[in-house]
Amino acid sequence: MSTSNTVSDRAQKIVDEFSLFSDWMNRYQYLIEMGDDIPLLPEDMKSEEYYVHGCQSDVWIRVEYDEDEQVLHFQGDSNAKITKGLAALIIRVVDEQPPEAVAEASFDFLDDIGLHEHLSSQRNNGLEAMIDQMKKRAQAFRN
Amino acid sequence: MPATTQPTSDTTSFDVEAFRAQFPALQQEVYEDTPLVYLDNAATSQKPDAVIERAERYYRRENSNVHRGVHRLSQDATEAYESARKSIARFINAPAPEQVIYTKGTTEGLNLVANTFGQKRVGAGDEILLTEMEHHSNIVPWQMLAEQVGAEIRVLPVTDRGVLQMDRLAEYLTEDTALVAVTHVSNTLGTINPVKDLIDAAHAVDVPVVVDGAQSAPHLPVDVQALDADFFVFSGHKMFGPTGIGILYGKREHLEAMPPYQGGGDMIDRVSFDETTYDAPPHKFEAGTPHIEGAIGLGAAAEFIMDLEWSAVQAHEDDVLAYATEQVRAIDGIRLIGTAPEKTSVLSFVFEDIHPYDAGTFLDRLGIAVRTGHHCTQPLLKRYGLPGTIRASFAAYNTRADANRLAEGLHRTREMLG
Repeated sequence: MSTSNTVSDRAQKIVDEFSLFSDWMNRYQYLIEMGDDIPLLPEDMKSEEYYVHGCQSDVWIRVEYDEDEQVLHFQGDSNAKITKGLAALIIRVVDEQPPEAVAEASFDFLDDIGLHEHLSSQRNNGLEAMIDQMKKRAQAFRN
Repeated sequence: MPATTQPTSDTTSFDVEAFRAQFPALQQEVYEDTPLVYLDNAATSQKPDAVIERAERYYRRENSNVHRGVHRLSQDATEAYESARKSIARFINAPAPEQVIYTKGTTEGLNLVANTFGQKRVGAGDEILLTEMEHHSNIVPWQMLAEQVGAEIRVLPVTDRGVLQMDRLAEYLTEDTALVAVTHVSNTLGTINPVKDLIDAAHAVDVPVVVDGAQSAPHLPVDVQALDADFFVFSGHKMFGPTGIGILYGKREHLEAMPPYQGGGDMIDRVSFDETTYDAPPHKFEAGTPHIEGAIGLGAAAEFIMDLEWSAVQAHEDDVLAYATEQVRAIDGIRLIGTAPEKTSVLSFVFEDIHPYDAGTFLDRLGIAVRTGHHCTQPLLKRYGLPGTIRASFAAYNTRADANRLAEGLHRTREMLG
């Protein structure tokens, strides 16, 4: 298990899943469905502390350090479905990973899920802001 | 002009297909094989061959600095640059080309007025009157000025439909009002404001008025003398012209009394280390080498528009907006934002249960370019309690077919995301 659960393994798994869909509509549908599985941030925790600035929609991402396991736990939410799907996607890659792995994680796989023409080039979806915030907070938990 | 529902066939004196064919960027497909439907004209319009070719000709044949050289190319460039100023003066019916100042765009025009005229005109305890539907660029420069001089910002509110509450003007236009700044057409709602009435009311109490014409210049015939505007600012890129060029029109007595905005070359009369005297308007406000091909391109855009039979173009624009409004209004779960009786070119709306960003992203993938968000009018969106809207904004080259694609895209958006 430990050998197949790295950030890049999980990223590859997501790329494989998206490759099953032949058209963009289905890929979007899948991204949106992914949002339903996000480790959901409770309503009462949607505070400025976890708010991600730089998106057209509201996005929150919370990072928590599990000292026993020495891994990070993530929760998130957004009021836009596509953004929520994106948050779920990147959380899936970094959740329960050690801070070092999150801080150094590559998200280049996003170019390979067939939505790249949209997602990576747009400032408004806040993808970059989400990744920045996750990495910065992960960095803070590094020894 | 109010939107009408007359059929397109009644506007035969404007051949929209022939017009549209002059805009190369509209003839493309986006995302594999999806033809582009461009409905983000309030942000920027596409450019016709006439403008593209004019700017290119400048670089190929005339490129040279203006107002300086004795040589032939410099004379040609200067001639083209000043001739463009005359075209633009005719476009807005300015009394003289000297009252037409080149700027980077509407934003710079407003900052220029705030920092020169505003600095002299507005003092401690004075009020600057804005409206609730202003673009940030017609809010922030005045806030900065108010902070510097100790003045206060007052805001004329809008109704639920997006109409200025003119019946409450007396509450807001007071003996402390030093200046009024108002948009001619709302970029978020499309409302055409009764700017002439506002100007008359302000002038009755000797208050000057700055008009933000960014959204009106591309859609309405503008006559700065008939309006009696003290200042009228607009951008080239929203009216088929190049980016990075805009116009500040001002009344002669204001322009002559105003201090310069920026110092540098091309704006001086004589310079010594003891004293510098400034050139007359417009050059007083045009320090440094200007955006020469932008100005020439904007002149070409003004000529391009003046060559059209404008009443026919307007009838066509009104028809497409009215048609699109009907199509979009009929979609379940959509609410229109901005239903003023006097509107042009802008259709803003929200889905009750779909975030504008999701809808905009999905529409984009269907080849439909709209804008989502607050459109740089956060106070207005706050008044409507919205995080943003979906805004389809039209130009003369848009058609009922574009409106159909939009409506079809919104139906699919609802199926997918609703």
